[in-house]
Amino acid sequence: MELQVTNSPFNQEQVELLNRLLPTLTEAQRTWLCGYITALQGTAAGIATVAVPTSQISPAPVAPAVSKDVTVLFGSQTGNCHGLAKKLSKQLEEQGFQVTLSSMSDFKTNALKKVENLLLLVSTHGEGEPPDNAISFYEFLHSKRAPKLDHLAYSVLALGDTSYEFFCQTGKDFDKRLEELGGKRLTPRVDCDVDFDEPAAEWINRVLQSLTELTAAPGTAAPTAISAASLSASAESEYSRSHPFQAEILENLNLNGRGSERETRHLELSLEGSNLQYEPGDSLGVYPENHPQLVEDLITAMDWRGEEAVATDKNGTERPLREALLRHYEITVLTKPLIEQVAKLTGNSGLQELLSAGREAELRAYIQERDLLDLVEDYGLKGIAASEFVTTLRKIPARLYSIASSPSAYPDEVHLTVRTVRYEAHGRNRYGVCSVQLAERAQIGDKLPVFVQHNSNFKLPANPDTPIIMIGPGTGVAPFRAFVGEREESGAQGKNWLFYGDQHFSTDFLYQIEWQRWLKDGVLTRMDVAFSRDTDKKVYVQHRMLEKSKELYQWLEEGAYVYVCGDEKRMAHDVHAALTAIIEREGGMSPEKAAEYVSLMQQQKRYQRDVY
Amino acid sequence: MSDNNLVSPNSAPHSDVEDIKRRSNYLRGSLEETLQDPITGSIPEDDNRLMKFHGSYMQDDRDLRNERQKQKLEPAYQFMLRVRAAGGVVTPEQWLMMDRVAQKYGNGTIRLTTRQSFQLHGVLKWNLKDTIREVNESLLSTLAACGDVNRNVMCNPNPYQSEIHGEVYEWARKISDHLDPRTRAYHEIWLDGEKVLDSRDNEEQEPIYGPVYLPRKFKIGVAVPPSNDVDVFSQDLGFIAVIEGGQLKGFNVTVGGGMGMTHGDPLTYPQVGKVIGFCTPEQTIEVAEKTVMIQRDYGDRAVRKHARFKYTIDDRGIDWFVNELSSRLGYKLEEARPFQFDHNGDRYGWVKGSNGKWHFTLFIQNGRIKDEPDYPLMTGLREIAGIHTGDFRLTANQNLVIANITSHKKKKVMELIQKFGLTDGANDSALRRNSMACVALPTCGLAMAESERYLPSLLDKIEQILEENGLREEDIVIRMTGCPNGCARPMLAEIAFIGKAPGKYNMYLGGGFSGNRLNKLYKENIGETEIVDSLRAIIAHYAKDRHEGEHFGDFVIRAGYVQEVLDGRQFHS
Repeated sequence: MELQVTNSPFNQEQVELLNRLLPTLTEAQRTWLCGYITALQGTAAGIATVAVPTSQISPAPVAPAVSKDVTVLFGSQTGNCHGLAKKLSKQLEEQGFQVTLSSMSDFKTNALKKVENLLLLVSTHGEGEPPDNAISFYEFLHSKRAPKLDHLAYSVLALGDTSYEFFCQTGKDFDKRLEELGGKRLTPRVDCDVDFDEPAAEWINRVLQSLTELTAAPGTAAPTAISAASLSASAESEYSRSHPFQAEILENLNLNGRGSERETRHLELSLEGSNLQYEPGDSLGVYPENHPQLVEDLITAMDWRGEEAVATDKNGTERPLREALLRHYEITVLTKPLIEQVAKLTGNSGLQELLSAGREAELRAYIQERDLLDLVEDYGLKGIAASEFVTTLRKIPARLYSIASSPSAYPDEVHLTVRTVRYEAHGRNRYGVCSVQLAERAQIGDKLPVFVQHNSNFKLPANPDTPIIMIGPGTGVAPFRAFVGEREESGAQGKNWLFYGDQHFSTDFLYQIEWQRWLKDGVLTRMDVAFSRDTDKKVYVQHRMLEKSKELYQWLEEGAYVYVCGDEKRMAHDVHAALTAIIEREGGMSPEKAAEYVSLMQQQKRYQRDVY
Repeated sequence: MSDNNLVSPNSAPHSDVEDIKRRSNYLRGSLEETLQDPITGSIPEDDNRLMKFHGSYMQDDRDLRNERQKQKLEPAYQFMLRVRAAGGVVTPEQWLMMDRVAQKYGNGTIRLTTRQSFQLHGVLKWNLKDTIREVNESLLSTLAACGDVNRNVMCNPNPYQSEIHGEVYEWARKISDHLDPRTRAYHEIWLDGEKVLDSRDNEEQEPIYGPVYLPRKFKIGVAVPPSNDVDVFSQDLGFIAVIEGGQLKGFNVTVGGGMGMTHGDPLTYPQVGKVIGFCTPEQTIEVAEKTVMIQRDYGDRAVRKHARFKYTIDDRGIDWFVNELSSRLGYKLEEARPFQFDHNGDRYGWVKGSNGKWHFTLFIQNGRIKDEPDYPLMTGLREIAGIHTGDFRLTANQNLVIANITSHKKKKVMELIQKFGLTDGANDSALRRNSMACVALPTCGLAMAESERYLPSLLDKIEQILEENGLREEDIVIRMTGCPNGCARPMLAEIAFIGKAPGKYNMYLGGGFSGNRLNKLYKENIGETEIVDSLRAIIAHYAKDRHEGEHFGDFVIRAGYVQEVLDGRQFHS
């Protein structure tokens, strides 16, 4: 619809300006603008303009004498909860609240009894586990030492992914446990899927409103509403998660030599002109595109037309179906909520049966390694209109990669180390959406939508003289290339020790000549490698750690920081066990003492992990 | 005894390699440590110099060099491992061991060398120790297969006169054993030999070589006329068997041959050895030892390019050497006996030896033992080794003799030969049967051009010309190397190509058919088109105007294409 003086509140000049501007806006720009105007208006008029359905807000069940002190605790693995917690705190402070913002691991648990208002933001990791910096707090709260919390008002924001069985489990656990300890919910818990911006913004608004109402004194301003768009807007750069920067690909090559069973892409992207800042340890979010063949196959299977216009967001922005399936919607992952919605939409009896009580295990097995094409083919869903079908789909989530470059060494660039995921399942070749796009379709000169995801849980020690031990097999070595590069550039004198491993020395030694140079120049003090397929005996990094047990413990006693990056399921657990065993053996400690030693390291941020 | 290397023809400081050897503590260097460095598949250059004495050098797959550098990977470092057997004689068990380690640790192929040794390529640093251990367990060795020492002693595997051969071979083996380095480093590093504090002084530790070994490699070959397959004139020291009345009487001695040179440096040149006299079989070991020690004391240790024995002889004169040798021996060599060489190539196919046993000589293109989809050579030989009760003989022309087959086993061996289609070259042109190429790219670090991978396709084109001229069955010796170091002894071939740059070769003509005469540069730095065009004209001319029995190498001199080279010092003139 074209704006006119007659159908809008604008004058002729404004209409012309708007008509010139609006068609040029990208979707991300529109979203941003929408949020910006909302926020601006809120501040100016003191009126909440984002409609928060009051019916969803719990009535305030707390005692009348309410403190203006609010404690915001976050447990964050990739930094999303941390980022949200910071935004929330800022908003609270602007409303005159006294905010204590802390990661769960930094929070002194004996202070919990005195807290009156607690806002807790936490993600769920792996198979329903808390993130690293939430573990100690989680365990404390679930232990017998946990205090009664009768005076506590709280609310939980849970981040998760519906494609996992234990969706938002950690958030749910906290929510339940705080209630058991006597706490009263300020607002109901909100569980967010990967596309968390909107529900998180809603939760923040409700929390703000609720707290403001409770503490309201005459003359106090009403809360400022916060939009999804402004949630992730960063102070330094106009680009963010919701408004990604189009980064040009400067280099894209395979790091694995011929004959390798692996393919690992090394990407160099330009951040020139973006003002995006990052530090070693941060991640880069990349919005991928689905595989064109899968999109075509899906369109064919459903008898759709690729040119048909469909909505790509809740504001009704329309795009051709083909483009929507390529860039806007997730089509490679099946989740229970998705299947529920599709079942509802289609009334398909097979799906309804699959969802029926008692068949949970079957459902879980079905959604493993299957995608939308499987679903529509297996259940004969042809005949559903595309415009309806897409409303059941999740927005395509960004992929996060640990950044492999030091910004000091490569100003205006960001490097990634991405292992290509290809496998066969259920009679079809399957592809990692982003990794295969980068391996097969992303050409030098192309642009990728990216944003920086700060990760304060994975940072070099502030003291440049502190020794560090880095354990990063496979692509887990990526952030350590950034660490060592940074320490070289800054002239840090601390010792650096890297444990690396993969399948074969000859073909899979990622960034080999760079490590060799750093060793020769003395930047890297030691390096130990484990190649699991070169000998009959499978050797992994944890075996090398155990072999160097004495020296490793010596480094720990010198105050070394330990960093682990890479596969969570096996590697990180084995490395953790090895670390504890080393402390036990070399420190002459009991298993309990050694575990305490490790916990202390965690609390002191001397044991940091970036595992996935 | 003089401390070696005190006498040097020039007063210049010794080359860096001399220093590495001197500091190495009898070839140990820091090998033990650098072999274990897990961050690189390479070893430092100093250790690589020493590694050669242990029978190996570091190479990298040059095909992948640029690609891997882009990939932030070091070059595909790998080691060439040379396994020597004096005279090239190995048992079926040893053959099976080589086959096994080639599959297990190498690149799945075996290379038979022009010095009757085996080469394995593509052995990774981490596997060197296991490979060398398995080789030694099977009573073969890599020690002194390369380096500034005496190399594998070559010997004619003459299947016609097996008794004489047996006797000659025994002498070759004794010379070889006598000149083996004595250092314990080899056992310590590779075979977990106990490290004992060595209280022996220099003379005891290396009585022949001393702590700095020789100035350069040293090569010995033993020929049994009429075959000069070992190219006796290319050797630093040669022995030519003298057989009278079916008895081995002794050997004529030749000194001062050698192939290697450097492009663009006329002070370096190939040379043919000169006959200086005759010795009895019993004297050969002494003659070899004294000759090696003269070279040790007088060879040039300042300039490696000028360090081979041929330059010591040419600089000081043959008379000087004969006197020096006589004084060290305490007697003079007898006058040389007459001898006659007919050829330096191999004779293929079945022959019955004088001992009543059978021999089958296989044609192995460029000495490469591998399985091709249409030619399962490696598998076939493995199967034969599995049932064979005689031995295998590696020829100086990179071919293989399945030797001493009993009449009882002959049928079975023949069946396997047929089953796997193993060839004696009967279906190939005589030119191809007389061809040799060195390894060159992608593994050899010295190669300037392709050789092993290229010669077969060049031969296809030359064969066409030969066929057009009715010369398919004419024996012509043709050789190619990727660089002028001369591993395939190209300077003695009737037609030769020595690599200058990718796709470019120097073309030489006029070597003697029996390996008795050097060839001469005909055209410089030419590519395939010019090679083929040149040969087309000359071959046609040869077909038309040659005399009865006249060899190609003799014809090109008579026809004026090149001048005859009687001495290496005329090679560049």
